[in-house]
Amino acid sequence: MGTIITPYLTLAAILFCIGLYGALTKKNGVIVLLSIELMLNAVNLNLIAFSKLGDHPALTGQIFSLFNITIAAAEAAVGIAILIAIYRNRGTADVTDLDSMKR
Amino acid sequence: MFSGLGDFLSSGTSWAFFIFALLAIGGAIFMISFTKVVHMVIAVALTFISLAGLYVILEAEFVAFVQVLIYAGAISILMIFGIMMTKHRQEEEEGPKRPWHEGLAILGAVGLFGVLFYAIQKSTFVSSENLDVGKDNTLEIGKLLYNVHVIPFEIMSVLLTVAFIGAIVVAKREED
Repeated sequence: MGTIITPYLTLAAILFCIGLYGALTKKNGVIVLLSIELMLNAVNLNLIAFSKLGDHPALTGQIFSLFNITIAAAEAAVGIAILIAIYRNRGTADVTDLDSMKR
Repeated sequence: MFSGLGDFLSSGTSWAFFIFALLAIGGAIFMISFTKVVHMVIAVALTFISLAGLYVILEAEFVAFVQVLIYAGAISILMIFGIMMTKHRQEEEEGPKRPWHEGLAILGAVGLFGVLFYAIQKSTFVSSENLDVGKDNTLEIGKLLYNVHVIPFEIMSVLLTVAFIGAIVVAKREED
């Protein structure tokens, strides 16, 4: 057996955790969106690794990762649009300032 | 625990994986640690391109080029435009105002990684047969996409249209 799947899964776990940390701690809204993209990319890496090295290798994993990329693109576009609208109304893109529902 | 490691580091594919993985993790860590937002976007673009290289290693060429087009091209440029449209103080200010929050986030991320790493190392993965993608990966994906998965594909195109129209409506100026 030439290649094993464990390194790919570990790399995806590392990327997912870095993205989670960024999404939880960054103040800038654009960077929070980028961290979420990083987490989605880690999931894509898992899908493609299982599509080649999994128990039943098939092309379905690649199809699912294509769907995932599409959803990520839609999410990024809507997220940037909402950020621009918030910036126009509130004058800030800092996610820690968006706490009007707490009051 | 690392029983496959010596075997892993003996072939050229594994070294390519090692280099791409280092680039990907390095880009992600630079994204977290840089202070200027444009540098963060460039660093995460490096991560996206390294992941495309990993997809080529995994014989998913079509997904690799889609990754370069969508992530490294479209999403990075979209994020840079988002940075341009919203004014920033250009620096994330130094020193966390909420140290307990940062500590809890580090604890959560490291804890999640610990659980995932333990699960990955404990499980055994058997690769029963090799993936037969034929000569042309793109052709096979196209056949699957237009035969088996045609309804999700069409729903996805509708969703993409609705999301982009919604993005335009949300981001449009109110006065005109």
